[in-house]
Amino acid sequence: MSAASPVIERGTAASRIAGFGVAIIILLLALAPQFLSAGAVDRMTALFIYVILAAMWNALAGFGGLVSVGQQVFFGLGAYFAIRLANAGLNPFVSLFVSAVIVGAVSWPISLFMLRLRNGEFAIGMWVIAALTHLLVNLDRLIQGETGTSLISLNVYDASTRRLTIYWLALASMTALLAVLFGLLRGSTGAAIRAIRDNEDAAASIGVRVTGTKRLLFVLAAFGIGVAGALWLATAITFQPKTYFSVQWTAYMIFMVLVGGIGTFEGAILGALLFFLIETWFGGTGVWYLIGLGATALVFSLLLPRGLWGTLEERFGWRLLSVGYRVRLPVNASDTTGGTASPAQVTTSREKA
Amino acid sequence: MMNQIVQGILLGGYYALIACGLSFMFSVMRIINLAHGSLAVLSAFALWLLASRFHISPFLGLAIVLPLMAVIGWALQRFLLERSARGGALLPILTTFGLAIVIDNVLFEQFGADTRSLAPFIGSLSYDSWEWPGSIYVGKLAVIIFVTAVVLLGGLQLFLTRTGLGRSIRATSEDPDTAGLVGVDARRANALAAAIAMVTVGLAGAFLGMRATFDPYAGATQLLFAFEAAVIGGAGSLWGTLVGGIVLALAQTLGAKVHPQGFLIGGHVAFLIVLFIRLYTSGLGLRGLLRFSTGKVS
Repeated sequence: MSAASPVIERGTAASRIAGFGVAIIILLLALAPQFLSAGAVDRMTALFIYVILAAMWNALAGFGGLVSVGQQVFFGLGAYFAIRLANAGLNPFVSLFVSAVIVGAVSWPISLFMLRLRNGEFAIGMWVIAALTHLLVNLDRLIQGETGTSLISLNVYDASTRRLTIYWLALASMTALLAVLFGLLRGSTGAAIRAIRDNEDAAASIGVRVTGTKRLLFVLAAFGIGVAGALWLATAITFQPKTYFSVQWTAYMIFMVLVGGIGTFEGAILGALLFFLIETWFGGTGVWYLIGLGATALVFSLLLPRGLWGTLEERFGWRLLSVGYRVRLPVNASDTTGGTASPAQVTTSREKA
Repeated sequence: MMNQIVQGILLGGYYALIACGLSFMFSVMRIINLAHGSLAVLSAFALWLLASRFHISPFLGLAIVLPLMAVIGWALQRFLLERSARGGALLPILTTFGLAIVIDNVLFEQFGADTRSLAPFIGSLSYDSWEWPGSIYVGKLAVIIFVTAVVLLGGLQLFLTRTGLGRSIRATSEDPDTAGLVGVDARRANALAAAIAMVTVGLAGAFLGMRATFDPYAGATQLLFAFEAAVIGGAGSLWGTLVGGIVLALAQTLGAKVHPQGFLIGGHVAFLIVLFIRLYTSGLGLRGLLRFSTGKVS
């Protein structure tokens, strides 16, 4: 075994095919509106927004170890700033993205002291921030309290142009955010991020800049969720603070990430897809649907904390969108040292960033 | 003005009552129970059901509901928290959040969106008041709640320092492994602590129902109040929780005076200011804000 040096790989054949597949899927999605009904285009836009939400919450919780139940603050602010900017005369589509940039900027000072809290304290602390922001937004005369207002300036576009533009914007935002996250996780920051995920204290002791890395994830998540909130506003047109600052959004994010697989890049996407399907089939059942979501999240956190993807990945050594390195010990004829581990088991047990 | 301060202090008693279970559980098990508020609302609904359906006065109903809450607390620890705590510090947050969603929506399914109150079932107590010098009117119920909070906090403190069971809980909270070495059953101590915490939650829920209205989704607000009071009260003792509750209530009273919608804002802002000061004057962020020392080793 000593003679054969281990091979370090960044991906597998499967992951190279997957990378190619992703490009084709995105291309197909971009062309899809030609063949879809208006309703289907709207649903697909919602799916893209769900993927953004899941990926961003996963970046924060799964990779940064920061479980927040107040992420609806950024969702609400994304919509609120878009309303404000459009009201000030900015093109409504442009204001969606300027709004998200402002959300990202706002999240930075928040991170300065929220990141000093740990675990449950951070979780509820963020919830307090969300509740306070909701109340402050209600004070804005433009919003008229819980009555809310609308993104009126979108009305200059006819319905089908609007629908298609929002669809493509959502698709582009989702792709770009996933690409940024993927690049971040694959790069040198990614090693730090996964070190923090696995053991924060140990990471700090070997010189990983824990707080700086967490702050990066916090701001990225705020920005991404801000984009999602602004896009949601563009599809819904109306802005009621109660809907946007609802903790329900965080509940959805938690559900998607827990079911899909917390701390795995693919898991969040899988979770968003499943959530989308469940919502399509059971969303009409109202309160039982919500009970089901809560109960499923509860069961997953108790029995399958790694989620569907995490479990599959562990069992079969799957990697589609590989963000880490893997060490593969060559299994050859000279291997008579009783190496009973199959390559898949070796690679999974050695998989560390 | 004097009148509002007195009312604020009395309201602080309620906040201390709902906060003490949260910080107690955190001190012993290092878990923040996100279903804390929802469980208080559950208790209020249980009392409402007993009163409206079976004509059992809420005070009498406590004899049924509080033991039930203790059982819920014990089961919560044994079947949910114990299991999820093994998976790290983050999982209990997700587990209890899922539980909160389930409780809220099951209550909504059962009772609908109407706001309820226990006030109609406690006769004149809901509006009776005493006149204090300086024409200050204090509600009898508010005084009862405040006194209950003081008695409960004092009782809890005595229980933790003077009884064997209390000492075993304290030992577990300090160091579960060492406590195990000297024969303390940590699982039992934790389950007992959870049961006690849920009894305080049940009591808080009862007073929530008597002094105000509640609906199935009121749990989140109660959780935030509890958390804020506990953090403002800070690390010290259970009595800190009382101070925290009073500060929170006074800040809300002040907020309401500044702006008609300022009641909640005042509380949140006070919380953030205290949090800011505490984070920058000491390295508390690492030890845990909610953790109080459960008394000197005696």
